[in-house]
Amino acid sequence: MLSGIVFWVLAVVAVAAGVAVFRVDSMARATYALAASFVAVGLSLLLLDLQFLGVMTVLMMVMEMAIMAIYMIMFMGMNPALMPMSMVHGKRPALLISVGTFAVLATGALLVPWPTRRGAPAADLVTSLGEAVMESKMLVMLTVSPVLFATIVAALVLALPRSRYDRLGADLRGRADR
Amino acid sequence: MTLQTVLLVAAALFSIGLYGAISQQVVVMVMMGLELMLNGVILAAAGFWWFLSPAPDGQVLLLVVITAMTVEMAMGFAVATLLHRSKQSDMTDMATDLAQ
Repeated sequence: MLSGIVFWVLAVVAVAAGVAVFRVDSMARATYALAASFVAVGLSLLLLDLQFLGVMTVLMMVMEMAIMAIYMIMFMGMNPALMPMSMVHGKRPALLISVGTFAVLATGALLVPWPTRRGAPAADLVTSLGEAVMESKMLVMLTVSPVLFATIVAALVLALPRSRYDRLGADLRGRADR
Repeated sequence: MTLQTVLLVAAALFSIGLYGAISQQVVVMVMMGLELMLNGVILAAAGFWWFLSPAPDGQVLLLVVITAMTVEMAMGFAVATLLHRSKQSDMTDMATDLAQ
């Protein structure tokens, strides 16, 4: 009963904060609203006994939103990032598509005859997750690790300005073009 | 708290994120929309896991979704930085000719 009430409070906070992301009048406030939405969902995961993933979601997303706020101020300057503004295109079609998507998803959620629960959760869910990724699901970890490393390399290649290799050639003995 | 209510909340989060991803002009705001959509996916996956089959496999799937969110964030910031350097702008409308 209590968990049900807490879930509904968190659900209202998550959805209201999600709406606020695109309704508040400054982007800095939007990042805080998104962080609030993620914290509410992270706490909902804790209600479902997903302790590790819930805490990880909260910590990771709060940090990410802080970085996002810095990016906004960095790219747009203090005033546009913190002052009221609205930069949207195709507002009405986007609204129609999103409402239609919600209608389809909600109809499916309510009308599909979901099967009953099979099996019971492990006594220690965090340990069972650790054992899974280190034993039977190790391929997932082996795949995720190089993907994350490739992401670091790709992000740096995209974000960094032209290097000496671009200006001087592969052996660094070319003529500098600037 | 039932599977249906969890899925309804997840659908609401996904739809709000979809609206933002389609309608926003600033790259970082588009990323926020995508993050909100993944937020809904995480909640829906957690609901499926808890109410249908609470085996460790579902937790691993959630871990993959959270990893995908991390990758999206890192690449999004990198593209935003590249766009800002090349076009002095962070609007999606200016990103139609990144190749030049």
